[in-house]
Amino acid sequence: MGIFECKALTKRYGSLTAIDNIDLDIEPGHIVGLLGPNGSGKTTLIKMANGLLAPTAGQILIGGEKPSVATKKIVSYLPDRMALPTWMKMTQALDFFGDFYEDFDRAMAEELLRRLGIDPGQTIKQMSKGTQEKVQLILVMSRRAQLYLLDEPIGGVDPATRDYIINTIINNYNENAAVVISTHLIADVENILDEVIFINSGRIVCRDAVDAIREGRGMSVDAYFREVFKC
Amino acid sequence: MVWKFKADQPIYAQLIEHIALAVITGEFPPGSRLPSVRELASEAGVNPNTMQRAFGELEREGLLFTQRTAGRFVTEDTEAIGALRARLAGAKTADFVADMRRMGCGREEVVRLVEENMRGEKDNGDL
Repeated sequence: MGIFECKALTKRYGSLTAIDNIDLDIEPGHIVGLLGPNGSGKTTLIKMANGLLAPTAGQILIGGEKPSVATKKIVSYLPDRMALPTWMKMTQALDFFGDFYEDFDRAMAEELLRRLGIDPGQTIKQMSKGTQEKVQLILVMSRRAQLYLLDEPIGGVDPATRDYIINTIINNYNENAAVVISTHLIADVENILDEVIFINSGRIVCRDAVDAIREGRGMSVDAYFREVFKC
Repeated sequence: MVWKFKADQPIYAQLIEHIALAVITGEFPPGSRLPSVRELASEAGVNPNTMQRAFGELEREGLLFTQRTAGRFVTEDTEAIGALRARLAGAKTADFVADMRRMGCGREEVVRLVEENMRGEKDNGDL
């Protein structure tokens, strides 16, 4: 059984169908790219997995259970924007994560922050956008979770920060966990993915292993994506 | 070691070639211990499962071997490394010759260009 399952999952906002009858099963031990253009339903899907939105129809299951307080214990979520109160000092953010999540490895987070040279007394607000993204990712990856849901982890950062973020993901995810990375910046992440799910207008249009696409089509996933979503 | 990947080939196949080349050039000497899957995956910026797959393939070919507790090592069989070197050199040459043929270079021209290049006489042939 997968750690992350969708069964005939549908989400409508009034007359707009954001997620349209999706069936999905993601196994532990894999890094999966959730790839689609802006407005394709990526964030809606991830928000439902976190219980931030309720399905209109169908089911979404985390470790076999509906999203709840219990599933939040095993899901580490990186929202697509800064979600920490920005008045917090770094040490307070660490306390905050420690209080909320039993699986938070504070020593690991502190070590990663120390290596970045981040002053524990600095507030989130005082940090640059790139540093804020790194800090939030460090907190999220320092949990020993079973499912990591990373919504646009590399959106709007410079190439060096992007490399740092990608390396932090590879080095720190729990081997028995699944990692779902939602992005439209495919070229930057495709080498670290096991498989990709292409989503468009709330539907899954393709799901395959990265190397199977490269082998079968003789092109990168990025090039294939451009072909599939040609405007 | 610089890791660069071509867009039109599977990543695992490129990892295999990359590691094989590192063994041939002595960057990973015979009998030496290799970094862990995750370390090397992180260095290369690739998925650890893909790196594992490349390692598995190289183990099946006998270039690498695993010792349960100690880790993963390069073979000490220098003959096997030599054979691999010959195979890879042959494949690279075949690619080169195919490219030259496509440009309309005949056998004599190819041989002459290679000789000139290796003598360092020709320095204005760069594109």
